[in-house]
Formats: sequence, structure tokens, C-alpha cells
Amino acid sequence: MSQITEYSEKVMDHFMNPRNVGEMENPSGVGTVGNAKCGDIMRMYLDIDENQVVREAKFKTFGCGAAVATSSMATELVKGKTVQEALEVTNKAVMEALDGLPPIKVHCSLLAEEAIHAALWDYAEKNNIVIEGLKAPVKDIDETEEFYKTP
Amino acid sequence: MEKLIYLDNAATTRVLPEVFETMKPYFTEEYGNPSSTYEFSGRIAKQISDATSVIAKLINANEKEIYFTSGGSESDNWALKGAADALRSKGNHIITSKIEHHAILHTCEYLEKHGYEVTYLDVDENGLIDTGELERSIRPDTILISIMFANNEIGTIEPIGKIGETAHKHGICFHTDAVQSFGHVPIDVEAMNIDMLSASGHKINGPKGIGFLYIRKDVKISNFIHGGAQERGRRAGTTNAPGIMGFSKAVSIAAEKMNERISYETRLRDKLINRVLDEIPYSRLNGHREQRLSNNTNFCFRFIEGESLLILLDKKGICASSGSACTSGSLDPSHVLLAIGLPHEIAHGSVRFTLSEDTTEEDIDYTVDSLKQIVERLRSMSPLYEDFVKKSN
Repeated sequence: MSQITEYSEKVMDHFMNPRNVGEMENPSGVGTVGNAKCGDIMRMYLDIDENQVVREAKFKTFGCGAAVATSSMATELVKGKTVQEALEVTNKAVMEALDGLPPIKVHCSLLAEEAIHAALWDYAEKNNIVIEGLKAPVKDIDETEEFYKTP
Repeated sequence: MEKLIYLDNAATTRVLPEVFETMKPYFTEEYGNPSSTYEFSGRIAKQISDATSVIAKLINANEKEIYFTSGGSESDNWALKGAADALRSKGNHIITSKIEHHAILHTCEYLEKHGYEVTYLDVDENGLIDTGELERSIRPDTILISIMFANNEIGTIEPIGKIGETAHKHGICFHTDAVQSFGHVPIDVEAMNIDMLSASGHKINGPKGIGFLYIRKDVKISNFIHGGAQERGRRAGTTNAPGIMGFSKAVSIAAEKMNERISYETRLRDKLINRVLDEIPYSRLNGHREQRLSNNTNFCFRFIEGESLLILLDKKGICASSGSACTSGSLDPSHVLLAIGLPHEIAHGSVRFTLSEDTTEEDIDYTVDSLKQIVERLRSMSPLYEDFVKKSN
């Protein structure tokens, strides 16, 4: 059933005390990936300096414990890296840094990798540059508004 | 001890001390096999017979129509597979609903693989089946109708009397999965035209591993477990004496306190519902507002996901459950929430709190207060909420 007890201490730590949660005004790049239908949406903001080094990373995530933890870890991993290095922060790297994920949660780490790529893509487009090896992100965000009473 | 507020009584309940005391002698002293011939065992057989009468009485059945099983899932499996097999010469069509427990739905899928046809009735936005649609689904080859008494996720109580009447009008066998309602709401198999009924011990403060299938005396059903003369030759396996004695004790307490408990739980349930809907914006109640189990609440909180909510509730000592995909081991959210028309993204954010007679007013207040903080915290992290706020401004 539930994977709560299967989470590593690091996953629980990054879920309970997520690093770099928030929004960013005028980010160098922002990317949103996943879709609400599947239960996970990640948004990553990157602040990249003139030497193409990630100065700051922020995230917001709709999703399970693993989704929040992988987003948090992904922001930690890309900070201080060049865009080329950030591109190499794979889902495997995020998972390893979290001491692993339950098998059914592996897709969350893929989403974290996609979020980094989407933010980098946005940065590359805004600045008219090409980051070698980077592909355009898939957009499939969807959310429904009925069914709820307004406050 | 750390704070523990147990609000998952639809998952399982606490065995009452009186129930446990009743069971104890049957492990260490009265341990004889009730099927044996000597007096040491014979007296246990007599006690089991009396205990069975107590259970039968609660649903207005005869003791000889109660067949003990290992629990609700076995009872459901037996009812469906046994009736399908016994009635094969009459037809191969079964009618059920889209919101049944998996013990029914997966058994139906199994039967479909073995040549049976199954109609899965839709439910309305409150989780109620339409008895008109039920009647229109009946065919000359329909052999069984199986509709749950009350839903385990959203608590909606189905119009069982009307369903039984419809089934009998057409001469069709009617089974109901009453695992969530047996001992919680009044059930009369005669008045409601129920031919078979599944029930479980551990949902009513009895032990786990014991349940029963009520089979009306004239119902045709094949045997399920072969290999012994227990349960009048229909369900083999050494009689679970401690389980039956404990189950029966739990039933007698549930019967005695039923009205009192319904009104107590209903008051707390409504308090929980009203506080949540009034104090947490963008929340909704799933299931019928009134026609629902007295201990069931099920909410969706927009912009957030169920598992995150459950972990944070757990950190506050609150035990609840979710229809979110992430807690079910699959990637699909609850089939019940989808059947009442919720889109996937909203079904992901559901939480079920199921109360008991042990739940207090303070528990409800603590839960709502915690919930408010947690929902706010998760929304502050949610990109969906961020977009919603920006769009609204």
C-alpha cells in the first residue's frame, strides 16, 4: 500500500524541510513539467549569471512526498553548476542523492530531471543560445476548476 | 506516548477489551476442534452455535444461513464465483456497480475471463446507483446482482431495499457487500430482499481474519473451499472458534449500542464536515451529504495531492487514508472518485477520515486545525495554486 514507510530518511527530510521552495521574480529560466492528471506538477525557476552559472534555484511542486523531495534535491544539485553541468543532473543523480526511491516513485525523479531541462530550455530561448544536448520540453499542464465552492 | 488520533476506522477498528477477553479462553483452554466428537470439543460447538445465532439475529437471518469465512474478501469471492458457477445453466450475466470494492470488481474481471458478462452500473455525483437503470440492465440471462450496501471510500448508502425488490421482481439472486455497514446500520435481509450478504469482523471492533457470508436457504451456490465438513459442508477449514466468539461478542455490543453510536458519530461527522467546508477554501465533500455512513467523511482539497497531506497528518499523529494514486500502489486515483465524476487531478487530492465511538470533539477540532495548517502549507508550495492566485488577481 502506502510508500510512506519506504521513504529514506533523506527523502523524508527533503519533504518535511524542502530546500528552495518559492517563486522568483524575473528568473533567467522557468520550466513547468508534468500534469495534474497524473498527480505531479513541478515548476523550477533558475537564476543564471553572465558566466552561465546557476546562482539560485527555486521550485514549486504539486505532488506526493517523493515529488516534493526530488524537486528540493534537484534545486540543491543544480545550484552553483554551469548550465552544461546542470544538464547532466540526471534523475539517477537525484535519486542517489536521496538514498533511493521506492520503485513506484522513480517517475518523480524523471520529472525533476525534466523540470531542470525545461527551465534551461526557457533560459536558452530567452537568450537566444543553444545548449548542446538539450531538447524542447513537452507541455501538458491541465487543471480543472469546477467542483469546488469558492470561499 | 505521542498523540494518536485514529480516523481510519473504515480500514480497521480496535478490538474491544470485552471482545478480546471473550476470545482468550479459546486459544489456551477451550482449544479443542469443534468438529471432534468428545465432550471437550462438543461444548465449544454448542457455544459457537449460540454465538452464530447472535450474529444471525442482527440481520434477521437464521443461524443456519450464516457461513463463516476468513473475512469480507473471501465472502465476496465466494458469493460471486459460487453463484456464477451454480447458475451457469441459467445464464452468464452479472450486474454490479462501478464503485464496488476490489474484492467484487476484481472477481468480476476474473469471471469475465471465464465467459461471464458483467454490467457495471454508473453512479450519480453522490455515488448512488439508479434503480431504474438497474432494472433496464436486467436480461433474460442475468443470474446475479451484486451491489454494495455502503461505499467504503465515500460512505454513500445505496437504496438496498429498492435494489432487492427489483432483483426479486425479476427472480434474480441479490448479493450485497455489507462489509462497511454490517453492525453500523440496521439491516434486515427479509425486508430488504437480500439473498447473500458479506460481512467482516474487524470493521466492528471484532478480530481480523473472520467474516461471514449469509446465504439464504434456497440460494444456489457452489462450495468454495473444499476439504471438510465445516460450515455444513460448504466451506471447509477448521472452525475459527476464537474468531467466531470474538466476532459474536463484537456484534452483540454493536447491536446494543447501534442507535447511540449512530447519533454520536453523526454529530461529530457533521461537525467535521461543516468546519472543513466553512474554514478551508476550495474544499469539497465527496459522497452523499445525508445518506452516508455515520462515521465517514471524504474530502478533496484543490491544488494539493493526497499523499503529501497524509504524511503531514501522520506527523501530527492523525491516521487517515487517501484515494490518491500515490497511496494505492498504482498510478490511477480511486475508481470511486472517478465514478462520481471527479476529474483525475481532483481525485488525487482526496482524504478520508472515518470516525468511531472513541473519537472525541477535541479530536475533530485538532484534526481541522491541523488540516488548515497543512493545506495552507502545501498550497504555498503548489504551482497550481500559484497560477490560480495570479489568474484571480
